[in-house]
Amino acid sequence: MQLSREDLLGAYRRMKTIRDFEELLHEEIATGEIAGFTHLYCGQEAVAVGVCEHLSDDDKIVSTHRGHGHCLAKGCDVTGMMKEIWGSREGLCKGKGGSMHIADTDKGMLGANGIVGAGAPIAVGAAMAAKLDGKDKDGKLKVAIAFSGDGACNQGTTFEAMNMAVVTNAPAIFVFENNHYSEHTGYKYAVGTSRDIASRAEAFGMKVWRADGTDFSAVHDTMREVLEHVRAGNGPAAVEFDTERFYGHFEGDPQRYRGKGEMDRIRSERDCIKNFRRTVTEAKLLEGSDLDRVDEEVAKTIADAVAAARAADRPTAEDVLTDVYIDY
Amino acid sequence: MAKMMYRDAVRNTIFQEMKRDDSVVVLGEDVVGGMGTDGGPEAIGGIWSTSTGLFAEFGADRVIDTPISESAIVGAAGGLALSGKRPIAELMFADFIGVSLDQIWNQIAKFRYMFGGKSRCPAIIRMVYGAGYNAAAQHSQSPHAILTGMPGLKVVMPTTPADVAGLLRQAIRTDDPVIFMEHKALYGVQGEVPDDPDFTIPFGHARLTRAGEDVTIVATGMMVGMAEQAADTLAEDGIGADVIDLRSTSPLDEEAILDSVEVTGRLVVVDEAPPRCSLATDIAALVAEKAFASLKAPVQMVTAPHTPIPFARELESAYLPNPDKVEAAVRKALSYN
Ligand SMILES: Cc1ncc(C[n+]2csc(CCOP(=O)(O)OP(=O)(O)O)c2C)c(N)n1
Repeated sequence: MQLSREDLLGAYRRMKTIRDFEELLHEEIATGEIAGFTHLYCGQEAVAVGVCEHLSDDDKIVSTHRGHGHCLAKGCDVTGMMKEIWGSREGLCKGKGGSMHIADTDKGMLGANGIVGAGAPIAVGAAMAAKLDGKDKDGKLKVAIAFSGDGACNQGTTFEAMNMAVVTNAPAIFVFENNHYSEHTGYKYAVGTSRDIASRAEAFGMKVWRADGTDFSAVHDTMREVLEHVRAGNGPAAVEFDTERFYGHFEGDPQRYRGKGEMDRIRSERDCIKNFRRTVTEAKLLEGSDLDRVDEEVAKTIADAVAAARAADRPTAEDVLTDVYIDY
Repeated sequence: MAKMMYRDAVRNTIFQEMKRDDSVVVLGEDVVGGMGTDGGPEAIGGIWSTSTGLFAEFGADRVIDTPISESAIVGAAGGLALSGKRPIAELMFADFIGVSLDQIWNQIAKFRYMFGGKSRCPAIIRMVYGAGYNAAAQHSQSPHAILTGMPGLKVVMPTTPADVAGLLRQAIRTDDPVIFMEHKALYGVQGEVPDDPDFTIPFGHARLTRAGEDVTIVATGMMVGMAEQAADTLAEDGIGADVIDLRSTSPLDEEAILDSVEVTGRLVVVDEAPPRCSLATDIAALVAEKAFASLKAPVQMVTAPHTPIPFARELESAYLPNPDKVEAAVRKALSYN
């Protein structure tokens, strides 16, 4: 891991923020306080953070229905997100979008998405725009990233987007998070005989990478290579991360499709945050106490965000009619 | 008669028809649930529990769990149907017609016409529609107007478990493509369902759920209950309403609407979708064209506003029609002499 102490602490803080944010949602949803459908990202933190640590606000990402991790990793405001999920009018999207539609275009976060497979074409458009804009102020080619699940890679939109990105030589990066499930169906069933998503991307003519998505340093190092390739003007690229989801597809999912002991094994062996802690402390890159301090700060951030969300203004009937158009 | 929930009426009817006719097949995302997992097939059995048990009984060739590929699901239903099968495809949320629109609109809806009447396309696309769960703009829509506007499709919107059974069986035995729209907020509704294994309800026959002479209220799906509640409140004031549940929007039971309006002279249309180019405007236009002389008041429309569907609880309930809004619309219609 070629990262400074500060960078490591920053990465840990972001991963832990995602984890605590979602553990809290998991509890709150059970009490009925939060409305709508919520899909938790817990377990996959190393992917969002390992990817987004390389990006600036000028780089764009397009997310999925499981978007909290991507939003937080891209720098969306924790409290604004919490308020949004609570349905407040002070929320990042004024309570109109909720968990599945959080966006902040100023941060280069072009939206979570309720339609599986819808993100990749949008990311290609953002990549085309990046090409038109040329380099950013540091002389870097801007990029756009499409996060997609193993299920989403079965949509025609994803195939069309990959081909179009290749044809237009757009600086798009397809990040496939293979958490082995689309809802209640295993990728071994749904991803055809090769069971390998990256090779699909390869078939479109892209350079591809594969890495363990539960290993932060593997994600981070891989992404450095991917970004060097794409920012050098070589066109789109794809990467498949093998990862795990710690909760059900949506909150309330009984998960009867999981194998016996599967969750325990994942939690003990494939927890990206636990593994990060172990790796950095064993390598003496950080002290356990440094990490504990971050834990405390994050816990406070999340507690404050929830208190703010509870206290925030509720929307009113008139708010239904705003924001349909800029003017009409 | 057996008492059962709306969702069980869906499953039972499919089950019975698959038993009766080998050519009936089911396909869709997670209709089996658990494929390719350690939990195994039927670990879930359909996210709406409308296909539980089908796989165990009929196997993988007739209960086809698909990848997330709505274009392929609808298109494959078209191909199955053109090849002599009777596919029942499921779109988990009606909103996902967006992904499969070409296959619905340019393909299955038009085969028969384009092929000079020489083909049959007995495909059913079941879809789960409607708001009420704070599922926001991409999981709550009621796209019946778009689909009703496509010549070649029949569009069915059952409200009660009995209607589910009668209309779904009719759909399965029909040789044209049928869009079968199940409201997610009605799945838990209980009702009596006839035991007759050949019980069908022909399309284009509305159901009169309340009778009265002062006003006609036309509705579908979840809106029927709202219309009924409003009618019951109004009855306490001596105001009588005909409540007409359309059951199918294509074909449309024009006669039921026109006959009622000829008596009442007043029409309120309740529609869960936004108002422009909608079911509500369609029915208003029908009555303006064919029963203008009977009207004693302008047609009143109780619809969602011209906006996408919001997420927050307060916003969604402000967005949706409700019995109070229906009652107010009736009183407004009655205020004209
Ligand atoms: C077009 C469309 N089809 C189906 C769904 C229902 N759905 C929501 S998430 C999901 C599974 C997605 O799986 P995957 O892409 O692997 O992402 P993961 O949930 O594993 O993060 C499905 C089928 C949807 N939201 N949109």
